[in-house]
Amino acid sequence: MSTHAMRSMPKYAAVLLLLFAVGCHKKAPPVVRPVPPPPPPTATPNQGQRPPTPPEPVAEPTIVPPEPVAEDRIASASLDDLNRNSPLKPVFFTLDSDELSAENQKTLEEDAAILKRYGTWTVTIEGHCDERGTAEYNLALGERRAVAARAYLVSLGIAADRLRTVSYGKEFPFDPGHDENAWAKNRRAHFVVTAK
Amino acid sequence: MTKRIPITAGLVAIALLAAHAQQPPPSQQPPEISTTITGEAGAPPRLALPDFIAVSRDAETVAIAKTITQVLRDDLEFEREFSFIPRDVMATIPSATGFNDIAFDRWHELNADGLLVGTVDKQIGGLRVQIRLYNVRTRAVAYSHEYTSSNARLIAHTISDEIHKTQRALEGVARTKITFASDRDGERMTGTVVDREVKEIYIADYDGENQTRVTVGRTLNITPRWSPDARSIAYTSYRRGEPQIFVSHIYQGTLDELTKGAGSGQNWLPAWSPDGQRICFSSTRGGGPAQLYVVNKDGSGLRRLTNDKWVNTTPTWSPAGNQIAFVSDRTGNPQIYIINADGVGTAQRISTSENYADKPSWSPPPYNEIAYAAKTGPGNDIKIIDMATRQVRQITFGEGTNESPAWAPNGRHFAFMSTRSGKSQIFTVDRLGKGLKQITKIGNNQQPDWSR
Repeated sequence: MSTHAMRSMPKYAAVLLLLFAVGCHKKAPPVVRPVPPPPPPTATPNQGQRPPTPPEPVAEPTIVPPEPVAEDRIASASLDDLNRNSPLKPVFFTLDSDELSAENQKTLEEDAAILKRYGTWTVTIEGHCDERGTAEYNLALGERRAVAARAYLVSLGIAADRLRTVSYGKEFPFDPGHDENAWAKNRRAHFVVTAK
Repeated sequence: MTKRIPITAGLVAIALLAAHAQQPPPSQQPPEISTTITGEAGAPPRLALPDFIAVSRDAETVAIAKTITQVLRDDLEFEREFSFIPRDVMATIPSATGFNDIAFDRWHELNADGLLVGTVDKQIGGLRVQIRLYNVRTRAVAYSHEYTSSNARLIAHTISDEIHKTQRALEGVARTKITFASDRDGERMTGTVVDREVKEIYIADYDGENQTRVTVGRTLNITPRWSPDARSIAYTSYRRGEPQIFVSHIYQGTLDELTKGAGSGQNWLPAWSPDGQRICFSSTRGGGPAQLYVVNKDGSGLRRLTNDKWVNTTPTWSPAGNQIAFVSDRTGNPQIYIINADGVGTAQRISTSENYADKPSWSPPPYNEIAYAAKTGPGNDIKIIDMATRQVRQITFGEGTNESPAWAPNGRHFAFMSTRSGKSQIFTVDRLGKGLKQITKIGNNQQPDWSR
């Protein structure tokens, strides 16, 4: 029976199957272990006949694939999917600043934990700015933001050579709006996984 | 009568696109006569510019003659060195059919100081245009010239520059071009993990005509700067992932990577030295915040100019090439400073009247001014500081945000980016804030630079 078919079975059937599989599993291995002798023949309607052959199991013991957990989804995702729903959360800055707030530090600590779990990932930290600064200076400001995020991750034990920085100034706003709500989203350090 | 002596090379620095390369440049001859038309009591000369005369009188030639006249008038009005007899008044004067039946009496009645008459003749391979500028009072020819080209607008631009040069001792800008970055094609970046719009480098005539894309980076290409010979454009490109300085030789179709390789860091904002031999730019290759570097145009001789823990970026050269103005955040916010081009000595702070100043552009002689973008409110405005008096004047006043000023080669105008009409667009305006003109209309356009 294919895994696919198993998945499409109603839940109770799957549970029964699982119980059965567990039962079979218990019976199968003891090849070398002493086996208790068969019970003495008792008076039954079948007395005098050979004991009936146990029925063939309806299925080989099958491991039901566990519901994929979040970590596995991350590990198996393509880079594009990974970055579309990035597990690494961006950090946001105040106007013309590269200071990391306490909230930013907490976010980066969570990001660092993910980077530790996936030790092969390399990441580009993009620095972005809102539209109120000038295009030219924002290239440097975006870099300062990316560097601030990088330095904090390095202080948390992430290897520096896994973290590249690139500044996009205000060229790629996350939110194209022209109000504080948009600006706040655009003043950010954004993480892109570039290899895993 | 002037003799026609075509001279094929070197007379006109015409920047022809590869696509237009088959067009021969206008051939010219030195003028036989050149005197100047003057206005009364120091007033600008009053010029009559009737429609150029279509010699063959066919509809196509008539239309070309009208176009040349219109473009020439726009070019002349751009510098405001002449006043013009209004069109409806000119319409009362009978049209001449050539240089022999000009109604000088009538032009004199209109108080014209000068009369510019032109003839347009179609010939094999292009146009033949003759002009004569008359002193209306004496009927003497102050300037005459002949042009051959297939490019009507280029003929008009050339006439304008020559009239300004011979009559007003002014270097006109009618044949200059403006480069800028634009997202107008709506292309998306490929091979990236984030969906983003491409920006490419464009050029346009100074009046906004002939807007043409000159890069195919399919990535983010920004901050273009003309080489002094107006044949190459240096810019910041993200085609290698990290931003690097590229130089496109737009009339050869070739590309140089000025910064590349391991350890080159991020590199932004190239600026050509006035002699065209070196490029100053901002780079993170040293490991810390962006610092200024200078490199020869072939990529050799890299030298570090600044070395401190602050951001040093957005360089521009002084017209003499001995100093560099740039932006540093050493006081906690961006301000404009000047250092010697060899990096020796202490940086001198220039901007003092605001808490955020960026993108200095140093005007050529006869002016000595630095235009820059200053934060004045929610957005930015263009201000100009006179380097002799350190007086600051403001040019824009909160009409959208205004950034990235770049001087015209004669220092009388500058281009800049403004959001006053909605999206980011390129505008030109004169150094006192008059004559605002929108150059681009499609897509977002940014970071203009004006060719010599």
